[in-house]
Amino acid sequence: MAVMSIAAVNIENLGFTYPGQSNTCFANLNLQIEAGERFGIFGPNGAGKTTLMNCMTGLLSFQQGKLSLLGNDIAAHKKSTNKLFGFVPQDFSFYQELSPAQNLEFFGAWSGLDRSIIKKRTTELLEVLGLSDVSDKQVHKFSGGMKRRVNLAIGVIHNPRILFLDEPTVGVDIQTRHAIINYLKELNNNGTTLIYTSHQLSEAEELCNKIALIESGKIIAHNTLDNLLAEHKEDGLEGLYLNLTGKTYKDNNV
Amino acid sequence: MYKLWATIKKDIIVLLRDKVGLMLMFTMPIVLAIVITAIQNSTFELVNNNKVPLLLCNRDTGDASKQLITAINKIGMFDIKQVTEDQTDQQIIDRMHAKDALVAVIIPKYFSAKIVSNAKNISSTALNDFGMQTDATKNSTDSIDPLTLYYHPVLQQSYRLSINSALRSSLQLVQSKQILKSLYFSLNQKELPQSIEDQVVNEHVPINEISISRDGNRNIPNATQHNIPAWTIFAMFFIVISLGSSIVREKLNGSFVRLKTLPTNYLVALISKQLTYLLVTMIQATCIFAIGIWLFPVIGLPKLNLPADIFGLVIVLLICGWCAVSFAICVGVFAQTQEQANGIGAVSVVLLAAIGGILVPSFAMPNSFRLIIQLSPLHWALETFYGLFLEGGTLKDILMNIVPLLTITILIQLITLWGLKRKNLI
Repeated sequence: MAVMSIAAVNIENLGFTYPGQSNTCFANLNLQIEAGERFGIFGPNGAGKTTLMNCMTGLLSFQQGKLSLLGNDIAAHKKSTNKLFGFVPQDFSFYQELSPAQNLEFFGAWSGLDRSIIKKRTTELLEVLGLSDVSDKQVHKFSGGMKRRVNLAIGVIHNPRILFLDEPTVGVDIQTRHAIINYLKELNNNGTTLIYTSHQLSEAEELCNKIALIESGKIIAHNTLDNLLAEHKEDGLEGLYLNLTGKTYKDNNV
Repeated sequence: MYKLWATIKKDIIVLLRDKVGLMLMFTMPIVLAIVITAIQNSTFELVNNNKVPLLLCNRDTGDASKQLITAINKIGMFDIKQVTEDQTDQQIIDRMHAKDALVAVIIPKYFSAKIVSNAKNISSTALNDFGMQTDATKNSTDSIDPLTLYYHPVLQQSYRLSINSALRSSLQLVQSKQILKSLYFSLNQKELPQSIEDQVVNEHVPINEISISRDGNRNIPNATQHNIPAWTIFAMFFIVISLGSSIVREKLNGSFVRLKTLPTNYLVALISKQLTYLLVTMIQATCIFAIGIWLFPVIGLPKLNLPADIFGLVIVLLICGWCAVSFAICVGVFAQTQEQANGIGAVSVVLLAAIGGILVPSFAMPNSFRLIIQLSPLHWALETFYGLFLEGGTLKDILMNIVPLLTITILIQLITLWGLKRKNLI
């Protein structure tokens, strides 16, 4: 008998409107992301990528539909569902006054880990991400690339089964980008589902095996990258992106 | 429990690295406590120990004016510099502008003659009322020309009033003595004996000043006993600058976003901040008390005497600290920016201190302020401290002040929880 695999993310008829605004952000949005995928969400500024990610991570409460992570309804068991995923926001989401080790200790504790596991994971992560030598230095003295690595380390300290990444490599040099992408691939090989959004399309081509293109709160394309390129007769993600979303500015609505 | 410990550790590290916040929390109130106590103490010394320089111009030639000068001298409050009678008012004013004296008294011409004449009239009227015949010679009924009191504008109203009443009592003495002399002469046809005159001048009913402390302590409250508790409370509430802006900083930088996605309730962060900053308020109080006890005597200020009920003091400190921390967290939760938190925090604490009696005594406030005073947690905190430090009370004696302070604290906590709930944080 075949075992039915549970989707990493399952969104059914999602409806969301920002409080006090008349324009609906999403109406009846459906999306399924399978466990183990490296899933990219792309679209112009203001398309709804970050809002969708915020709904998936529980940062925003949606008004309609159902959203579950690995079969757990996010609206019903919010805090327990939070153990399943890690989040790497675009902004540096840690305490600049603390060292990487201190940040990892604090966020590890808040992720529900005990002291010994935090110690072990801290050593591992600082080593893998090349931060061992600066583990006790205050983060505010770090370069942008080092801060990005700290940001990522905190997001994965509890070995999440799903990892949400919002522009994880913005503003970093080639070496750091390379290191981060390689680490993300390694995580994925170990079973972590990656859900990623970025404007770095070349990087996305390298990382993602499945993508969704969003425009004005609607998914206009959803498939493996290869299938989409073949379907639209494009040889790269940038061409496909412009083909599907057009060349005019998309974020002029205030 | 480990989550809470890790959060407290994080809060302490963040706090220790906020040098400006630490300076505001510790240096500023300590400096305020020293400066304000020193100023109030020197004011006290000025009135009680030092002498106010006074220019005295006697344009009279009689005995009454001399007696008045002797009486003013006896008060011991003034350093009298007598100027010649030919000095004009303008010359005296010019000397005052040159800071030769803060006060000048001019005794007018014919002062003695008019005092004597006035005394004779009063004694004659009194004897007539008793049906006794007196000298039929009608004395002049001219009113006595007033003494002129010039005072420098820098002199505060309270000093002016106290100088005024001191002069008035000297004047009263001279007038009474003259009336007595006149009565004596009318009855006995001879001068008042010197022994009786001395009795009139020297034998006053003494006034015993006793502070009504609950523990029977007869120590006179001094500037230190008033100021140290007041500025300790102010310091505790001033943590709003550090704590309020720390919460806003956490909200504005990404760490707050990440905390919201983690499987731990934000209440843990709230409890951690309360415990961490409660510890800070206790350290603040210890530092300020230590300065009052050990540093003040070294720099010539009165020593702080701790209340007898140390357990009561610790309880009061904990409640005041909890109230201050609750207030700071509330400001931090509702403020949108660090500027808002700093501005609202600082202004509101100064306002609450003003209406709470820290800057101006509550009893000196107009009646219309009575209700508003009750709303200030600093007022109730100050009342509890004064109950211990000045009245020598125990915890039992100040319960009625602790209850409103606790009520306000719980109310602030509820408002904070409502704010967090509204923002989907708990």
